[in-house]
Amino acid sequence: MTRIEKLFSEKKQQKVLNVYCTAGFPKLDSTLEVMKSLQANGADLIELGMPYSDPLADGEVIQQSGAVALQNGMTIAILFEQLKEMRSIINIPVILMGYMNPVLQYGFENFCAKAAEVGVDGLILPDLPMYEYESEYGQIIKKYGLNLIFLVTPETKEERIRRIDDLSTGFLYAVSSSSTTGSNKDISEQEPYFKKLHDMNLKNPILVGFGIKDKQTFEAACKYTNGAIIGTAYIKALGNGKDVQMATKEFLEKIV
Amino acid sequence: MMTTKENILSPIGKEGVGPNEFGYYGTFGGAFIPEMLYPNVDQLKTRYLEIMSEASFQKEFRDLLKDYVGRPTPLFFAERLSKQFNTQIFLKREDLCHTGAHKINNTVGQILLAQRLGKKRIIAETGAGQHGVATATVCALKGMECVVYMGEVDIERQAPNVARMKMLGATVVPAKSGSRTLKDATNEAIRAWINEPVDTHYIIGSVVGPHPYPDMVARFQSVISEEMRWQLKEKTGSELPTHVIACVGGGSNAAGAFYHYINEPSVKLVAVEAAGFGVNSGMSAATTQLGRAGILHGSKSLVMQTEDGQVVEPHSISAGLDYPGIGPMHAHLYESGRGTFLNVTDEDALQAAFDLAKLEGIIPALESAHAFSALKQMTLNEKDKVVICLSGRGDKDLATYMKAMRV
Ligand SMILES: Cc1ncc(COP(=O)(O)O)c(C=O)c1O
Repeated sequence: MTRIEKLFSEKKQQKVLNVYCTAGFPKLDSTLEVMKSLQANGADLIELGMPYSDPLADGEVIQQSGAVALQNGMTIAILFEQLKEMRSIINIPVILMGYMNPVLQYGFENFCAKAAEVGVDGLILPDLPMYEYESEYGQIIKKYGLNLIFLVTPETKEERIRRIDDLSTGFLYAVSSSSTTGSNKDISEQEPYFKKLHDMNLKNPILVGFGIKDKQTFEAACKYTNGAIIGTAYIKALGNGKDVQMATKEFLEKIV
Repeated sequence: MMTTKENILSPIGKEGVGPNEFGYYGTFGGAFIPEMLYPNVDQLKTRYLEIMSEASFQKEFRDLLKDYVGRPTPLFFAERLSKQFNTQIFLKREDLCHTGAHKINNTVGQILLAQRLGKKRIIAETGAGQHGVATATVCALKGMECVVYMGEVDIERQAPNVARMKMLGATVVPAKSGSRTLKDATNEAIRAWINEPVDTHYIIGSVVGPHPYPDMVARFQSVISEEMRWQLKEKTGSELPTHVIACVGGGSNAAGAFYHYINEPSVKLVAVEAAGFGVNSGMSAATTQLGRAGILHGSKSLVMQTEDGQVVEPHSISAGLDYPGIGPMHAHLYESGRGTFLNVTDEDALQAAFDLAKLEGIIPALESAHAFSALKQMTLNEKDKVVICLSGRGDKDLATYMKAMRV
């Protein structure tokens, strides 16, 4: 059982808060400090983004944080170096999120091996499609005991949701609306979609992401699901130039 | 297949040239897209071939190509140029298409497809602005809303095309991220599609993007070599040239010019990339020379990137070739050795444009000028029959030509 699976089995009745941060942002060596602050201030799970030059699914704020991280010199190799001692201080589950190209260049199997070695629990690879997962990459991910979290959207047909749920492990990432990250689309209007997912009795727990920015949107997203993911709003809070620990504390206080 | 003038309802494209059912040409292609784009791309994949083979679609497509675009475009024997290179050179005059480049062959096809998919709104990316203009044009023709994403740098260097798009009623949105050129415009267009997936169709301008785009765009552009075959037959008695030369940005004019010759091993396919300041100058767009297998804009192909897999900012004087990738079909032509890939610097492309203007009275687009300069790198004799795809005209590049001060 990965830490993710354990988390959901222990937290059956409570809502899970997953917070996204960008590796190497705001400073190259902020990664662990940010993760530590998230853990200390109530995050249940961390989604750690690996910066990429062409992040197609991301809105401006996360794009910008990735550009800063790349400017700071962040690479996958440096990230694994930073995460070497992670498990002596971080005990909540950690997911690496990133686009396929940098992962392929690092070497897909190497990447999975390294991720497992430093104590990463799962992967989100938004541009890895089901077909490629099934024909090539899935077996490698499984070999290293990592969870792979797939996305579903309001436009995903029911039959496909079931197939995606079948392949997903850890949880299912329900994108709140058709958008890139950081959208301003109204979460409360998506209640029927969240309810539909809930009523489908899927194998995986469901976390809602995209556009969750405060207590109100968090609660709206959680009503029918197991929790939610906050990204853009936290990156904005970090980017205001404040001290990482202060910024994280102030931000999460208003939500948990 | 014999292709004749009368053969109006011949299939658009043909079997045996395209990718497998998952969009792969050899090891390149596929559809590496986030789930948000899946319904749109899946709908296209499921329906494009069926729609394109409908008689009503074919008729409307062929009629528009004829009466609106002005096809067939002439195949012109360039006598003075031929003499200079001691060979026989024919120019496929895509520069004479309505809007001034081959790009409109594809936009006519895709707008008809978008209508049949019930889409209400069109988005597109553009580099040189030729694809943007061609998209804005067909949107005006069909009364559809049109938004074009264009890098800030390109908005500046291709100003006349920005004005044309606006006059045609399109909204031009500047892409401000990264190198602010074609790659970034494509990123913005894809993000815009993610945000408005339901009523919007994305008209990609080259043989790039997730499957089925590379195959779909290649099929629409294949009319170029379909015509070349019967035109050459009329002029020389044979449908086959010895060489076909075309410039490659993403590779759509090259895909169209090569298409009906890919399975003719005697025909040498010469693709010409932009070397910028020189392949090893750090300011280049010669993807096959500088790239490695990677994923960009939804397909696996050759991509210019750092060791860590970050896509690098390319350079070419020509906005339409200023792209760090090539379509998966071309990556496969390169790897399999079926295609010959040459590259031409900014400087040499400029020279070729000035030479062609004086020699044949034709001012080519900067993109197409790269194809002409490649002649200097080839060994040709008087028996060879060389077709150059003159993909576009140079009106949009006059500011650059004037700066080069050779007039
Ligand atoms: C005249 C002309 N030729 C060539 C190109 C390059 O595109 P492709 O490689 O898809 O033909 C462009 C792109 O803008 C163009 O305008």
